[in-house]
Amino acid sequence: MSAAATRKLTRKEQRAVDSQNRLSSPAASVIAIVIAIFWTIPTAGLLITSFRPENDVRRTGWWTVFLNPNFTPDTYLDTLETDGLVNSLINSFIITIPGVIMPILLALLAAYAFAWIDFKGRNFLFAAVFALQVVPIQVTLIPLLSQYVRWGLAGTYWTVWLSHTIFGLPLAIFLLHNFMKEIPQSLIEAARVDGAGHVRVFFQVLLPLLVPAIASFGIFQFLWVWNDLLVALVFAGSEYSPITKFVASLQGSFGGSWHLLSAGAFISMVVPLVVFISLQRFFVRGLLAGGVKG
Amino acid sequence: MVWLMKPESVPEKILVMFFAIALFALVVGLVLAVVDRPKFPKWVPVTGYLGPALVLITFGLLWPGILTIRNSFMDANETAFIGLDNYARIFTDAQFLTVLRNTLLWVALVPTVATAVGLVYAILVDRTRFEKVAKTLIFLPMAISMVGASIIWKFMYEYKPKEADQMGLVNQVLVWLGLEPQQFLLVPVLNTLMLIVVMVWIQAGFAMTVLSAAIKAIPDEIIEAAKVDGVTGMRLFWWITVPSVRPAIVVVLTTIAMGTLKAFDVVYVMTGGQFDSSVIANEFYTQSFNRGQPNIGAALAVILFVFILPIIVYNVRQMRISEGER
Repeated sequence: MSAAATRKLTRKEQRAVDSQNRLSSPAASVIAIVIAIFWTIPTAGLLITSFRPENDVRRTGWWTVFLNPNFTPDTYLDTLETDGLVNSLINSFIITIPGVIMPILLALLAAYAFAWIDFKGRNFLFAAVFALQVVPIQVTLIPLLSQYVRWGLAGTYWTVWLSHTIFGLPLAIFLLHNFMKEIPQSLIEAARVDGAGHVRVFFQVLLPLLVPAIASFGIFQFLWVWNDLLVALVFAGSEYSPITKFVASLQGSFGGSWHLLSAGAFISMVVPLVVFISLQRFFVRGLLAGGVKG
Repeated sequence: MVWLMKPESVPEKILVMFFAIALFALVVGLVLAVVDRPKFPKWVPVTGYLGPALVLITFGLLWPGILTIRNSFMDANETAFIGLDNYARIFTDAQFLTVLRNTLLWVALVPTVATAVGLVYAILVDRTRFEKVAKTLIFLPMAISMVGASIIWKFMYEYKPKEADQMGLVNQVLVWLGLEPQQFLLVPVLNTLMLIVVMVWIQAGFAMTVLSAAIKAIPDEIIEAAKVDGVTGMRLFWWITVPSVRPAIVVVLTTIAMGTLKAFDVVYVMTGGQFDSSVIANEFYTQSFNRGQPNIGAALAVILFVFILPIIVYNVRQMRISEGER
């Protein structure tokens, strides 16, 4: 057994050595570095621009700061004073928080039924929900909008929350169901034999085990809702519009004002970046559970 | 009750938000409390748990989808049935044919290039010292909005006349090389390619992540056996790595293809679909909300759906096959 273990180790080491060789072969490292630069420079350029004085931004390219550094936080102060920015940032939070919580609550209920109650038509219904994931939301927008208008809800937060909940549900049910299915059946059955009802099984047995799954979907939905433009353009009234819509319109009206645009864009990106970087682990897990299993 | 619908101040808005969450939690709590009695037959909890989600999905996805299909056969006022006229217009009008051609370019190039970049990069940085940092760099564009990414790249493409100092890096590079600066977003076909670059930039991180996980799952024995047979370098890549991660490649390609078809933000923000750069997802918005032709918009949405359908069918079949293998 120990021989097998050492052999396993040396193989792993061998592969590590191989990959180092791979990266130290000049062509390979050049390719990797070129890709990394190509993926970093555009963002870096706009970030640097957002800290340059307005006159510099107009006259010279951002790469000149390396010869002639000149930074100021003024652009951010100006941008924060731009009419509507703070308001739309608050709207983004108000739209996103329920837009994440609501589909999770509903999907937990539905995924539980799909995973642990055996009923007629279960497979058909589940397949239908899975299939609806691919319906492009464009197909639904105009009839939904007409319905909201008939109900007198058009333009309010409520329609935005409801729409994001609906559009998030199929993926939420699918992901949470997959994670729930991985929980050993014996755990559930033991609890049921002890006389626990569905509610107690759910809260005492399943929920603690599902925290990573909920986190995975939560991040997906958070990024999707926070970064969404289309739903906001169609459903949110001007008073209740999120930061993406604000930045997009800033781009339309101040096409040339790169100092305002750069700072505005970065203000809109800070929150998703922080969430993403701090919860990256769960995000990757969700990605892998959603498409490729195993 | 006006403030519930139209809150004005920030505290009111926040109050409405908490009210909405509480209302929602209350409904879910009620379902849980009422439905779960041992003496109830099984269909009661099933209806209680599935009901809310299925009602919303039917109301918000299924029913509107059916209405849109119907509207795609109606005139602009949605009163008269006009058969296939909307589709006929889309497939004959030069402006719409450009939109279709652009969409095909997008769906052909974005998934393939993004997957290729993701795969190569995943292999190059696999098990190196910098793996984590290197991956995060490629990954970050996934976190920011497509609106943000579009602004980042619009700045890269910014044009100034030759005499002036350039602001956009791409044109500056052209000037350094002694070439003329270009108006990248105004010249047809070139502008579509430049927009496709942005989408590739956004999507490559997804491809890299999934493929990297698949590469790590290749059994050591296979690599070992190949090495013993003297297979290395590019041949190892083509004959061992690529076939081993083939199911993952298929899923990545199809997922990105679907995302690309649906994405409208990049075109909307960077060109607004002008200068012959529109795609179906953007043209749907323009026709429905700016041009007052919801019937054409409906037909475009249906076409979008029809484009996606074969991709998802293929995807599901591939998943079935690879599950059967295991």
